[in-house]
Amino acid sequence: MQNVDAINLENIKEEAPVNYLTNGFTLRSWLLTKDHKRIAIMYLLSISVFFMLGGLYASAIRLELLTPASDLLESGTYNKVFTQHGVIMVFLFLIPAIPAVLGNFLIPLMIGAKDLAFPRINLLSLYIYWIAGALIVFALLQGGVDTGWTFYTPYSTTFSNSYVMLVGLGVFVNGFSSILTGLNFIVTIHTMRAPGMTWFRLPLFVWAQYATSLVMILGTPVIAITVLLLALERLVGIGIFDPAIGGDPILFQHLFWFYSHPAVYIMILPGMGVISELISNFSRKKIFGYEFIAFSSIAIAVFGFLVWGHHMFVSGQSIYAGLVFSFLTMVVAIPSAIKVFNWSATLYKGSISYDTPMLYGLFFLGLFMIGGLTGLFLGSVGLTVHLTDTYFIVAHFHYVMVGGQVLAYLGGIHYWWSKMTGKIYSEFWGKISAMLVFVGFNLTFFPQFILGYLGMPRRYASYPPEFQVLNIFSTAGASILGIGLTLPVIYLTYSFFFGAKASANPWMHPGLEWRTSSPPPTENFDVPPVVTWEAYEFGEESGLDIEGARKSVVAPTV
Amino acid sequence: MMIMQQNTWIPLFPEQASTFAGDVDLLYFYLIAISAFFTIGIVAAIFFFVVKYREREAFATPKEIHGSIALETLWSIIPFIISMTVFLGGAIVYYNQYRVPDEAMDVYVVGKQWMWKIQHATGQREINELHVPVGRKVKLTMTTEDVLHDFFIPAFRTKMDVVPGRYTTMWFEATKPGKYHLFCAEYCGLNHSGMGGWVYVMEQRDFDNWLAGNVSGQTPVEAGRDLFENKLGCASCHQGGKDQRGAVLEGIFGKEVKFTNGQSAIVDDAYLRESILNPGAKIVEGYQPIMPTFKGQVTEEQLVQLIAYIKSLSGDAGTTSQTAATAAPKASPEAAANSNMPSSETKGGN
Ligand code: HEC
Ligand SMILES: [Cu+2]
Ligand SMILES: [Cu+2]
Repeated sequence: MQNVDAINLENIKEEAPVNYLTNGFTLRSWLLTKDHKRIAIMYLLSISVFFMLGGLYASAIRLELLTPASDLLESGTYNKVFTQHGVIMVFLFLIPAIPAVLGNFLIPLMIGAKDLAFPRINLLSLYIYWIAGALIVFALLQGGVDTGWTFYTPYSTTFSNSYVMLVGLGVFVNGFSSILTGLNFIVTIHTMRAPGMTWFRLPLFVWAQYATSLVMILGTPVIAITVLLLALERLVGIGIFDPAIGGDPILFQHLFWFYSHPAVYIMILPGMGVISELISNFSRKKIFGYEFIAFSSIAIAVFGFLVWGHHMFVSGQSIYAGLVFSFLTMVVAIPSAIKVFNWSATLYKGSISYDTPMLYGLFFLGLFMIGGLTGLFLGSVGLTVHLTDTYFIVAHFHYVMVGGQVLAYLGGIHYWWSKMTGKIYSEFWGKISAMLVFVGFNLTFFPQFILGYLGMPRRYASYPPEFQVLNIFSTAGASILGIGLTLPVIYLTYSFFFGAKASANPWMHPGLEWRTSSPPPTENFDVPPVVTWEAYEFGEESGLDIEGARKSVVAPTV
Repeated sequence: MMIMQQNTWIPLFPEQASTFAGDVDLLYFYLIAISAFFTIGIVAAIFFFVVKYREREAFATPKEIHGSIALETLWSIIPFIISMTVFLGGAIVYYNQYRVPDEAMDVYVVGKQWMWKIQHATGQREINELHVPVGRKVKLTMTTEDVLHDFFIPAFRTKMDVVPGRYTTMWFEATKPGKYHLFCAEYCGLNHSGMGGWVYVMEQRDFDNWLAGNVSGQTPVEAGRDLFENKLGCASCHQGGKDQRGAVLEGIFGKEVKFTNGQSAIVDDAYLRESILNPGAKIVEGYQPIMPTFKGQVTEEQLVQLIAYIKSLSGDAGTTSQTAATAAPKASPEAAANSNMPSSETKGGN
């Protein structure tokens, strides 16, 4: 479907004389840009760097766990390695990935705006993110941190001799980047929609970003406060969390998870938004139950704030707290289930093609479903007493975060690549890498469910020998996964420089982001768009020259 | 050793060795069944759609299907009902684990980077090992000298965080003699993965022999009395009859105590702990706030002993440990009679 050249909207020039990428080549023109698209590209590059760094740590973990003894890394080093893997992946990759890259690039295009509401603040968010990243990397170079990404007290305040404060400062600073991005998105979506772009004509990706932004601005201040309290105790010695000086270690867990559970939704909601776009586009149908998908995002955002206690079932909280949090956790699972059913139903009587982004979309459905269902295991309080703090948890959240968010992110990057760069990547390598990722991922993480039920605790540098076979599977899977994730870096970069030129609307999709040239001009649209069609109206009513496009398809793909 | 024998090449399932294990596993299988049902159902549907409705013409525009309220209701309600059964199942299992039965045998656990110090009510002490009899309810009262830890026995399907500055409790009843992993499941720094050991479940007779072979000096109650009367000098205020300066400690455990500020509380482990470490926080009605703080002067283990002693002054808690303590020596002649069998079992486990 990628070689279509024709499109009949008069106002799209196939080759804009100057697009956002060619509008200035100096470093200054990038570093001082107010263009949301350039900012998105800079995020894309930075996030990829951190993803690779986090991936290197992951490889070290998997290699160490190949044998039961802690031989490759001694346990002190291992503790730092898994901590840094977590900190980098969560704070510098998963949280910003889809909002800062795809959200930044697409929200103004999708709603027909010239830019975000506050372009300068948008640039500021990027700089804040860089400062946070620099602080964290600096801490790593100094010797790193060994508290686990959860920074549980009193270990983090009184006992750890590592660079807790520096990393804490990084996390603190990074929060402001999230808050500002969230604020920017909310204001933009409220005030800058093109004429005719009503709320229920918004692409579901925008709805998901809206819900995510809500969680970002409501939840992130809490982690900022928590880190501040941690600093007060560690630096000044005020007893807040350490019982030796009059504090309460469980208080820290409440504060930490009050942010970090909703943060799980910051990490997955945007991915759900991407999947809605992918499934709909590649079955060429309006998403089944549009309103239900839209509102389930909001429901998840709201209920997500009420379930933090499910991380603390064995912390010594009361039986009533345990039961209430278990109940609410069951409730918050329903909106996610509704989404999965609606996505699957969208395929019914569609016209389905399996380009690379759709492969990612379908794989997402499978992996996210397993991630969600194993969430039920962990929400069931009697069962989770056995499962918590074991590899079952590790497997569960990797299914949601990697199988969910990372796959959605990759699917999204492939899907909008032609829009972002104006180039076409190799479909062959795209499919190969998607399949490697899927196989490698399952081989890595499925055995960890079994390990967890057997009782292998997480964060263990060494383990009893009877767990070795399953760990070998896991490490083998990780190497396949590693290859699968490295390939896109190569073929996407290659296509950026040497790829064939992409057309404005290779998918013949009615969305506004496809009704401007690829890559778009700095101002996004040559003529301000007016929306007269419904969301996901794939027929001619939305003004697309489907017939013309069909004729110019050189050879149908797949 | 037991675990090793049962291992196939790839272990899939941990041993069941406590009364909880069956229930927890049942819940686990129930959830696996639900998961398999939904996963297979949806994956099959997706496969079917993806093949049946594959693209036949470029840029086709299939007829729009807007959605269906009936379907949406159906697939909201059914998952909700199923999730409620999962919730209820979990709640029942949890309730059993949470409620410690009264008649349970007391064991005290103190975690410390990176070892488990265990003390039996009968005086035996162990490090990174816990010996318990089969078929008897055991209650662990746990705390730590430093950071968080977690006492985890996979074969018993139970675990509990160990929190500095407070007591947490867990209980179990082992059902099968053997040797089972003990892990620390809450990250606690450098040697977290080394902070484990073994739980030995023994037949009652073997356990009695083990007790007899390990009688070590004082029981917690005796050690507590020693601290109370001699080493820490609590007795100077708390003993002496009518005109003693300190509050009466006899018979207070489990009873209500009134404070000078008008509030009141039930005396339990946590309250006794606070009274010793931070006596100024709550002043008992009718007394002066003269008790000095003992924070920093008693170790966690000594605290456990003091509390055990104060509890023994209230009868119940005291009598159980008293009888257990006297039961141990009684077992010793038998132990001598058939010493070879059980002791080799214990040693072999190591
Ligand atoms: C200087 C005298 C003094 C000494 C020494 C002393 N106490 Fe006390 N203790 C008191 C007084 C007076 C009270 C009642 C007022 C209050 O609550 O602080 C009290 C209260 C208590 C209570 C609460 C009793 C209740 O009815 O609620 C406990 C428990 C206790 N002490 C234990 C100890 C222990 C154990 C030691 C030794 C480690 C000790 N005390 C040493 C004077 C003393
Ligand atoms: Cu959570
Ligand atoms: Cu530990």
